[in-house]
Amino acid sequence: MISKRIIPCLDVRDGRVVKGVHFEGLRDVSSPVELGKYYSDAGADELVFYDITASAENRGLFTDILREVAQNIFIPLTVGGGINTLDDFDRVLKCGADKVSVNSGAVRNPGLIDEAARRYGSQCVVLSADVKRVNGAYHVFVRGGREDTGIEALNWIREGISRGAGEIVLNSMDTDGVKGGFDLPMLQAVCAFSDVPVIASGGAGCIEDFVTLFRECPQADAGLAASIFHFGEVLIPELKRELKKQGIPVREV
Amino acid sequence: MIAIVDYGVGNLFSLQSSFAFIGQRAEVTADRERILNADRVVLPGVGAFGDAADKLNASGLADAVREAAARGVPLLGICLGMQLLFDQSEEFGPHEGLGLIPGRVVSMRGVAAGLKLPQIGWNALHLTRPHPLFRYVREGDQVYFVHSFHGTDCGESLLATTEYGGAVTAAVGKNNVLGCQFHPEKSGKVGLSILKAFAETEDFTC
Repeated sequence: MISKRIIPCLDVRDGRVVKGVHFEGLRDVSSPVELGKYYSDAGADELVFYDITASAENRGLFTDILREVAQNIFIPLTVGGGINTLDDFDRVLKCGADKVSVNSGAVRNPGLIDEAARRYGSQCVVLSADVKRVNGAYHVFVRGGREDTGIEALNWIREGISRGAGEIVLNSMDTDGVKGGFDLPMLQAVCAFSDVPVIASGGAGCIEDFVTLFRECPQADAGLAASIFHFGEVLIPELKRELKKQGIPVREV
Repeated sequence: MIAIVDYGVGNLFSLQSSFAFIGQRAEVTADRERILNADRVVLPGVGAFGDAADKLNASGLADAVREAAARGVPLLGICLGMQLLFDQSEEFGPHEGLGLIPGRVVSMRGVAAGLKLPQIGWNALHLTRPHPLFRYVREGDQVYFVHSFHGTDCGESLLATTEYGGAVTAAVGKNNVLGCQFHPEKSGKVGLSILKAFAETEDFTC
């Protein structure tokens, strides 16, 4: 049986990981390579690197660091942030990314999903959606959650899948940062129709939240989180032990 | 030297990095002579079978791979590269493979009824018999899969399966010709141990 995946997400600005604490044995907490290795050794099933570099001039730092990560860490790497064109796909794939996550770029130009899926295969194209409830409807937000597009989210995700997205990252802005658990109703709404893997994002605050996610929304394939891993509030080996104890299939290292 | 066959399909950076990490010199090459002179050959691949088979044939490297295999050079197909070792695939109509492993590549739809395809993620290996490629692997160790098709009717060449609805072919081997449906270069320590066994082993007949 396929394992439920646990995915830490690392925000990278100008080649450095933005936030984090000092873990034992980690010399440089801002080094994507060291932090990536730490998570990989701890049993992370995949890593997401999100490039939040503001200036185009510094974008090269990200690809340099990505190359270094890919030379040292042998689990799947997903890259997101600033992906607007096929050239952007090309740039990060050549540096060792396995999957590329599109968000605002795909909303602006949905054809990007088709083109990327045709060129690199659907398995390579991850559609990431920042979704928030507005007047009882699910809306897609872009530009890091700052702008409401007014687009109905379930329709957008459906469209993304039919255009060739091979995985969905569903980030609920309503639960993100609250640490009160994943957004189960929103996840269930997407899992009800998605025939590609769905990665839950936003809201994890403790181990129990992951247990609840996979129990209440068994079609969800993975749980993604950032700060609770970076601040050591949830340790991946402990999380996996607990999931296993609760009968949820995981990969232990 | 390990030759990673570059016929324009897929990202070979991680594969090359994996071999470097375990202290093995691997070269990404589209040169027939380099492939024929290599100690070992890796046939990678992602995407659709027909496209990849066309590219492999058009590049003239299909013959080089066949010739290396016929000389007894250890050959490892990975993911679609493994599927290309088979006689035939039904993906988007029948396509001929390299014919180095008996069997056909078919959709997993029949096995994985009701499950998502492609299978994306970590799944456990069930070893069907002891084999040098898996000498560092324990029964149940997990590796990373991304695929919608798999090999069938491979008879005694079957080395490992994984459970996705039913039994799915995870690895095959016939003398010096070997194949992994999963990505060893993306399967953490377990994957690296498989690449190490591939690089070290002189004789795969068993």
